[in-house]
Amino acid sequence: MNIDVKPKSSEVSQTAFRTAMLDPSTPAPEGLVNPDGLQAEKRFDVYRNNVAHSLATALAEGFPVLVKLLGEEFFRQMALVYLRIHPPSSQMMMHYGAAIPQFLVGFPGTVHLKYLPDVAKLELALRRAYHAGDSEAIDPVKLTALSQADLMDARLTLAPAVEILRSDFPALSIWEYNMQDGPSPVMSPEDILISRKGFDPIAQRLPMGGATFVEALLKGSTFGTALGLATSEVADFDLTITLGALFAGHAIIKIDRG
Amino acid sequence: MSKAKTIAVLGAVSAAVAANATAALADGDQEKCFGVSLAGQNDCKAGPGTTCAGSSTVDYQGNAWKLVPAGTCETMEITDASGKMMKGSLTETEMNLPAS
Amino acid sequence: MLDTSPKSGPKKALPNSVGVGYKPQHYNDLMEDPGAVTWLEIHAENYMGDGGRPLAQLKHLSERFPISVHGVGLSIGGESQLDPEHLARLKKLVDWLNPAKFSEHLAWSTHDSQFLNDLLPLPYTNDTLARVTRHINEVQEFLGRKMLLENPSSYLAFAESTWSEPDFIREIARRTGCGLLLDVNNVFISATNLEFDPRAYIDAYPLELVEEFHLAGHDEDADELGRKLLIDSHGKPVDEPVWALFDYVVAKGGARPALVEWDNDVPEFPELEAEAAHATNHLAAASTRQVPA
Repeated sequence: MNIDVKPKSSEVSQTAFRTAMLDPSTPAPEGLVNPDGLQAEKRFDVYRNNVAHSLATALAEGFPVLVKLLGEEFFRQMALVYLRIHPPSSQMMMHYGAAIPQFLVGFPGTVHLKYLPDVAKLELALRRAYHAGDSEAIDPVKLTALSQADLMDARLTLAPAVEILRSDFPALSIWEYNMQDGPSPVMSPEDILISRKGFDPIAQRLPMGGATFVEALLKGSTFGTALGLATSEVADFDLTITLGALFAGHAIIKIDRG
Repeated sequence: MSKAKTIAVLGAVSAAVAANATAALADGDQEKCFGVSLAGQNDCKAGPGTTCAGSSTVDYQGNAWKLVPAGTCETMEITDASGKMMKGSLTETEMNLPAS
Repeated sequence: MLDTSPKSGPKKALPNSVGVGYKPQHYNDLMEDPGAVTWLEIHAENYMGDGGRPLAQLKHLSERFPISVHGVGLSIGGESQLDPEHLARLKKLVDWLNPAKFSEHLAWSTHDSQFLNDLLPLPYTNDTLARVTRHINEVQEFLGRKMLLENPSSYLAFAESTWSEPDFIREIARRTGCGLLLDVNNVFISATNLEFDPRAYIDAYPLELVEEFHLAGHDEDADELGRKLLIDSHGKPVDEPVWALFDYVVAKGGARPALVEWDNDVPEFPELEAEAAHATNHLAAASTRQVPA
């Protein structure tokens, strides 16, 4: 079933294929043919569509709150721009869209929506938390068994899913308004703790100073050092609420006594 | 660290532990993943034929981007500190950004 | 915690009956009453995270069902080298799961470190043959297991091709020792789009090397001259002519594990299960008609 060998000029490199596929103003590469042997045009569009459609769909599924905020049609058209500037660098679609926050900052249609990049960062963090490594939270009672000196010297290991997002906007309230029929957001900065409870990612607001406390723990500081940093930032730092969020979020997985 | 402060810290820890024990009782085991589980799946299907996304370009440079957002960002109201309602699409200056 | 040590105990082989492409929304249905579904296929890339619900569910499923791991991102036909990070993730997954089969596509999807999330076509030339052979050898050596290679669905042809697809696939299998995954829907799509006889394709294809079948639905479109153009959408029931071609394949080559793929507009489980039951009937009826070789 061998076919006559054609001249080298009909060879289609993957660079040419890829370039034409992502740029619809470029004609299909020469050497791609219809069953009649003539140059393929519309048939090449199948690949253009597959790539654009699959990536735009992955973005829409990955950023459900952005889709609600912007509307499906706007989001889709924006996604078609994004995917040409930022095609995936990884085969794992679960992490696609990591550059969306900075893209939104400069995109003409969204530049006025200043809170949008933080909402996108929250959606990305929730996705990362969903796929983060497994861990088991400690029983919080273990913390009460420590003397004050031991507590101050202890280092708390946090779960792989744990992240802090500091937003100048009510990013979590906006997320809750759109995702869970939450109340109208109140304009104020929000520091957000992202973690995973069992298999479900959760996001919680932290009191002022809470982000500093958790970030210090994430860096491996002792409880005492983290508390000192938080109280020097906010004199009446609310440790109870902050620890409550960490417990509720199954965020503490290990206590190392100093 | 002063004695008063130490007592306050241990009290804070105890209060958090007690609150957590109460909250844990109220927990269900219902899946609460808000679509995360279905986000970003790889598969080997093809998109819808030849007539959509990939075969047209959208010029977004400068003023050429004509679409305006048409989602909840237009209808969502954000309350400012004084209790005044603002539309969700308000710009930076109107939102009275906190100094950072 | 993801247990990275190889699973003890024998892996469960795929039965010569029907499986479905696993979708997380069907988890509870499958664990309660799988009906005609006897095994599952997963897309490798969806289980390359560090942990969480996807891997926990997969572990539970694997205790109940034989699993086939189907890669969609390895870019076996890519001009660039295989991505070592992706290969390492794949090895971690198959070492942990010890699946019954591992398969990938005769296609490319990554170029210049850009992953295009589609199965893109290859010219059937000696250059491509050498490259695909090298990559499959590398994959099989690195994973320490045999892989199956799946035939693509084609929308266009390459003027530079010097091999027919069945001969090309046969030669790859001869050089690498890989097995084959025959996607019957893909053969029908390519035959329609490139205007060849699908039964002649099957007659030329090395059925004796096939270890798994794929079945799926497709959409119909048209090219600029109004010629029928089938799209591999996996979004509806298997088309009648594809069942007929499947019957022909099974009668000629015998029963193999057969998978129903449904990736677009995924139905509720009962509809998917009904399609699996339909495939079970075709598999049983056609294999009794099998002509001894």
